[in-house]
Amino acid sequence: MSVLLIAEHNNKNLKPFTLNAITAASKIDAEVHVLVAGSGSENVAKEVAAVPLVKKVLHCDSPNYQNYLPENLAPLVTKHSEKYDHIVASANTFGKNFMPRVAAALDTSQVSDVIKVNSPDTFVRPIYAGNAFATVKSNDKKRCVTIRPTSFEPAPKTGGSAQIDKVDAADVPNFSKFVKREETKSERPELGTARIVVSGGRGLESGENFKLINDIADKLNAAVGASRAAVDAGYISNDHQVGQTGKVVVPDLYIAVGISGAIQHLAGMKESKIIVAINKDGEAPIFSIADYGLEADLFKALPEFLSELNKLNTIQK
Amino acid sequence: MKILVAVKRVIDYNVQIRVKEDGSGVHTDNVKMSTNPPDDNAVEESIKLKESGKVKEVVAVTIGEEKAQETVRKALAVGADKGIHVKSDNYIEPLGIAKILKKVVEKEKPDMVFLGKQAIDDDCNQTGQMLAAMLNWPQATFSSKVNLKDKSMEIVREIDEGLETVEVNLPAVVTCDLRLNEPRYASLPNIMKAKKKPIEQMAAKDLGVDITNRVQQLKVEEPPKRKAGIKVANVAELVSKLKNEAKVI
Repeated sequence: MSVLLIAEHNNKNLKPFTLNAITAASKIDAEVHVLVAGSGSENVAKEVAAVPLVKKVLHCDSPNYQNYLPENLAPLVTKHSEKYDHIVASANTFGKNFMPRVAAALDTSQVSDVIKVNSPDTFVRPIYAGNAFATVKSNDKKRCVTIRPTSFEPAPKTGGSAQIDKVDAADVPNFSKFVKREETKSERPELGTARIVVSGGRGLESGENFKLINDIADKLNAAVGASRAAVDAGYISNDHQVGQTGKVVVPDLYIAVGISGAIQHLAGMKESKIIVAINKDGEAPIFSIADYGLEADLFKALPEFLSELNKLNTIQK
Repeated sequence: MKILVAVKRVIDYNVQIRVKEDGSGVHTDNVKMSTNPPDDNAVEESIKLKESGKVKEVVAVTIGEEKAQETVRKALAVGADKGIHVKSDNYIEPLGIAKILKKVVEKEKPDMVFLGKQAIDDDCNQTGQMLAAMLNWPQATFSSKVNLKDKSMEIVREIDEGLETVEVNLPAVVTCDLRLNEPRYASLPNIMKAKKKPIEQMAAKDLGVDITNRVQQLKVEEPPKRKAGIKVANVAELVSKLKNEAKVI
């Protein structure tokens, strides 16, 4: 009875959501082992070994795993899955990509996007863009589970000293090739983990007007989000999208500006601790879930907001 | 070349779903249904590749009850050549769906399979990847740009960090992001013509694959309701509330 968790990293450092996944894995079973597959990834293995909740690290270093191609990674996970009852990863574009390949190889039905672990075989997961929660019981002997990172606290990072075992690589099929990755560079915090998110919608009317959002975000040390409508209109790139088809965020403060509150957007932000809505349409659905609603023209309200923030002596970082 | 494109009938994305009081699921009677949105993108991309001349035939497949055929008709109306309807009155998990699709692939022998990246009902995001693994094919998930070459595809994928480009050899499975393209509407004459295009029928249970569901749905409930808060009169009040009441800035 133990859990094999697949670490997400960039070969140098662990990605923070792995810590949330470790917490979820530890709720399934205390014997959490973590597979670090990468290239030149020794430091990642050490980082994982220092996480107190981790009991053992399986480390596989090979150029084949440098870019986490699912065609290469899934056979490795499958190869080392024998001793485990659960295979766990984050339900982000990393975990979503390879885990179903593992599940198919093991002929097991995957449980996706778990937000709560009731017992080792029973989980809660959102369906219909989070408009319903399903409690499901997996009757498979071996279970593949992806977890929604923002639904679990990150595990403490230091104090542990798990053993690091070098493990064998698996054969690779050689029918897919990594070409390049263009990461969106930003001075701001990452959308998925930011304490404050300021999001703009179609009400912004243009990409240039997102400057109003950016200025507030810079002042609050916040990430910038957007509704699908704003992304589809070309105001901002897709990696800023919050919602069912974008990212799910759970910040302390979510400020929705010029966003009406379509079901698919709410799915990505309604678990935020405090929600602020600024919209000129007083009937907009976003107001029905906002803690603080301001019915106003955003082109007037945002500059005012910035000047009010400038008046404050201190702003939490 | 030949494309198989898979479509699923789901509750329309504009419908506010209602959870049944007995916790057994959500209401589907008299609810508007349509093709899963990213599946429309999968159909559109297949048709575009056919129009480019590189692809000769597009076959649309669906799995589900009688009415699921509507999704195949819609694909035929925008340019698919042939339809396949695998009938099943019961919900089948992605694992079972992938096994059925594998059977269809073995029969149709396409060079590519296109699917939506995720269905908006069960939100599983599994079928394409599972199918690729079962076929021992490469995959490109969450695709937002497809460049078909002679023996491979170069694909831009939407990932959390930004964009990733991969090259996959054919045959391959592609799952489509909403940003891949703008699905077209069918014209009335084409809708009429589509009624004459063939839809091959088969029953899921006759395909000789184990489609028993392994995950049991114990209960479906509404998420905790969030109460509407207050409306503030002006920006100054908003900032003061955030600073002093909510203490988040």
